Amino acid sequence: MASIAPERVATTVVLQGVVKNFGHTQVLHGLNLTIRPGEFVSLLGPSGCGKTTALRLIAGLEEPSGGAILMNGEDVTGVPTNRRDIGMVFQSYSLFPHLTAIDNTRFGLDMRKVPRGRARTMAAESLELVGLAALADRYPHQLSGGQQQRVALARALVTSPKVLLLDEPLSALDARVRVQLREEILRIQKELGMTTVFVTHDQEEALAISDRVAVMQGGRIEQIGTPEELYLTPATADVAAFVGLSSLLLATVTGGVARIWGRAVPVIGAAPDGEYRAFVRPEHLRVARAGESGMRGTVEASIFLGSSRRTELRLASGELVAMQHDVSLRPERGDEWLLVVEPAPVVVRPLA
Amino acid sequence: MRRASFHPHPATRVVIGILVGSFVLLPLLATLEFTLRDGDAHSFVHWAAIFDPAKAATYKPIWVGLTNSVMLMLVTVAVVLLLLAPTMILVNLRFPRLRRSMEFVALLPISIPAIVLVVGLTPIYLVIGHTLGTGAWTLAFAYGITVLPFAYRSIQAAIDAVNLATLAEAARSLGASWPTVVWRVLAPNLRGGLLAASLIAVAVVLGEYTIASLLNRQNLQTALVLVNRQDAYVSVIFSLLALLLCFLLLLIIGRTGNLGAARGKER
Amino acid sequence: MTAAGTEAAVIAGPVDGATPRPRARRLPRPAQLGLVPFGAYVVLFLVVPTVLAVATGFFDKAGRFTLDNLSALADPVVLDTFWNSTWLSLMTAAVGALAGALVCYALLGVPAHHPTRSVIDALAGVLAQFGGVMLAFVFIAAMGRSSLLNVWLSGMGINLYAGGNWLYELPGLIPPYIYFQIPLMVITFGPALDSLKPQWAEANLTLGGNRWTFWTRIGLPVLAPSFAASYLLLFANSFSAYATAAVLASQGSQIVPLQIRAALTSETVLGRENLAGALALGMIAVMAVVMTGYALIQRRAERWRR
Repeated sequence: MASIAPERVATTVVLQGVVKNFGHTQVLHGLNLTIRPGEFVSLLGPSGCGKTTALRLIAGLEEPSGGAILMNGEDVTGVPTNRRDIGMVFQSYSLFPHLTAIDNTRFGLDMRKVPRGRARTMAAESLELVGLAALADRYPHQLSGGQQQRVALARALVTSPKVLLLDEPLSALDARVRVQLREEILRIQKELGMTTVFVTHDQEEALAISDRVAVMQGGRIEQIGTPEELYLTPATADVAAFVGLSSLLLATVTGGVARIWGRAVPVIGAAPDGEYRAFVRPEHLRVARAGESGMRGTVEASIFLGSSRRTELRLASGELVAMQHDVSLRPERGDEWLLVVEPAPVVVRPLA
Repeated sequence: MRRASFHPHPATRVVIGILVGSFVLLPLLATLEFTLRDGDAHSFVHWAAIFDPAKAATYKPIWVGLTNSVMLMLVTVAVVLLLLAPTMILVNLRFPRLRRSMEFVALLPISIPAIVLVVGLTPIYLVIGHTLGTGAWTLAFAYGITVLPFAYRSIQAAIDAVNLATLAEAARSLGASWPTVVWRVLAPNLRGGLLAASLIAVAVVLGEYTIASLLNRQNLQTALVLVNRQDAYVSVIFSLLALLLCFLLLLIIGRTGNLGAARGKER
Repeated sequence: MTAAGTEAAVIAGPVDGATPRPRARRLPRPAQLGLVPFGAYVVLFLVVPTVLAVATGFFDKAGRFTLDNLSALADPVVLDTFWNSTWLSLMTAAVGALAGALVCYALLGVPAHHPTRSVIDALAGVLAQFGGVMLAFVFIAAMGRSSLLNVWLSGMGINLYAGGNWLYELPGLIPPYIYFQIPLMVITFGPALDSLKPQWAEANLTLGGNRWTFWTRIGLPVLAPSFAASYLLLFANSFSAYATAAVLASQGSQIVPLQIRAALTSETVLGRENLAGALALGMIAVMAVVMTGYALIQRRAERWRR
């Protein structure tokens, strides 16, 4: 795709102490984030955490109340959106209804006064990149949701922008289409090597395609790291709760080691002695072997996930825990199992 | 927050507002001034004259016309609420394929204006005159047709907004009989649309002249035209009052209820 | 017949060549009966009058079929009135459409419950429906010979009525017609403007456009069908208006509705009877063309609003 990935320099995007207020509400509290050239970073978090606001600030659709936004070292905070040379894909409704797919795609090129013939060729190539070359002359209302988002992607990419910004582009789509399209986005991003910022509330999505994920809560970044880092070593309880599934088990911490059900488990981060709840991953619970002691639990429900099963058990204390295990083990409702915690490091949260 | 990039500048809004607003309001103000004239000064003398017993004879047609118009309003609203609305509910629940046809029928009166309709209504109203009498109230049957497009819009918008079929199915699955479904489940949810439709009917009936005058019956408007020949002020005063009344009604309903349905008058 | 044979016969159903059993006669279900009242009403008060209106154009006073009345439509006087109605409607619809569109534009982004919006919505609703008679009175009071405006202008040496009392002739219809066209436009076109999505404006920005490119390449093209449809509606509205003209031009018949009045209230007009029917036919023809155009354009506009 020589015509769409030309003399573009992979861009660094930096948010420096970015603050955003809407009226009296502070939505972002001094955000600091550096996105490396060609990196795919996701902003992950629940509604209201400020992730979309942060994206729109990078796009220039909002102005920060404080702090600065830099691209390749240059302060673009005061630069209006239409001169930032970005590509953006919105959640929905962003295609111009009166233009065909190909005319939508070449819009950005027309804005840059690219000669008509060349624009048409580039747009056609961009549509080919997203797999929609055959539908170039269709109108948006003749396309499915997934197809519309592909066109939106082609339209954003054709101008070889410095940064690609995606605002929950898959949230409005069917589950199956969502998975298909996110793989496409990842493939294209790798092929073009474009710096990309992706906003989502779906942690599975974020973990699946990102180089790094920034988990946000209440206008702050709780933790930023690779998907693996976030999953295995969540920095805070919020991150542990949001990323992946956990059972919250009672733990007594002394000297930086937690005792859960009579076993010693290392603790992530500093925790003064006391009573806590520990976030234990389903795959870190197992059935006790012959001769081992464990916590008794009664099977309540089990889900078949294809390659494994996830079983929910109720303890004598009334707590519900989730355990992931091999499919060969077939739980029946009412079965009693003895459960053991693996000594994988856990995040803990004070009881109070 | 930056205003959405295609919204007009506040200054533009004000300029347009002043220009168009003047064109709209100045005639009304001038009319008000006209009604307040008393020789070279201004007073409420014309307004008070409406109730002056000495002039009662001159103004009698207006009160007759007004009474007729009120009656017409009631009957027309009855046609809308008791004939149109139930039929629309029936179509939406049981005959969804007829919806298109009904929409076509409901919009026909726009293509067949009152002035044309009245040509064909003359013989029909001759028959009605023999059977039901020549009272003005019979005009309401024709009025029901003229308000059809607007009333249909309001009610259909309300029906769409509440997803009638689903509500009815849910109520039926919970064991409700059809009368209960309509009265206790559907009607309360359609209140906004029904109210808007009734209001439009009232406004249209109040201002209707064409059919009444060409079928030789008296309503408020024909009365105003009649009296205007003798007293230039009273008709104008009543016009302003009618305007004010309808405006306040629409404003109140708009603030409290669902008038968004009524706004989609023509699509 | 063996058991299997019986089974086969049962499963196979009616065989080719066998006549199907006659369906039991079905009484109309109660639900279908429910459609009758409204149907009858519409037939009696809409369909029949329309047919009658048009049909009378084909019969003379004695009841004989004739095409004589129809030829009246080619009469220069009648053609003149149709032309008057046409240009009056074209013009007032144009002014009303533009002014109304500007008002809608000025209201862009104002939330539905904002007091300004509520007032303007109510005002537009009233004025669009405001009976033609009352409108005529308002304009006589506001622009007529004895109005404040005229007195004021005369004081400044400008005689509005130097050329005659035009308010009671054809030109006098223009100001009141525009007066109800503008609110009608606001009501009709408002929803179209409201359906402009902010995402389009933002996408326009991210792709390097500005306000100018937004309106010229996105906003106006998307709004064009709705604007055209609204214009047609305003045209139809003006063409069929009667009451205002009836009051202002109490004697004349320069436009089609007034011509119909004349035909209805006197026995012969232009030496022909039953002219009203022919005129009604002509009017319906015009309205049919306009409203068909309206419906077609509306369907296109709807598609894009999904």
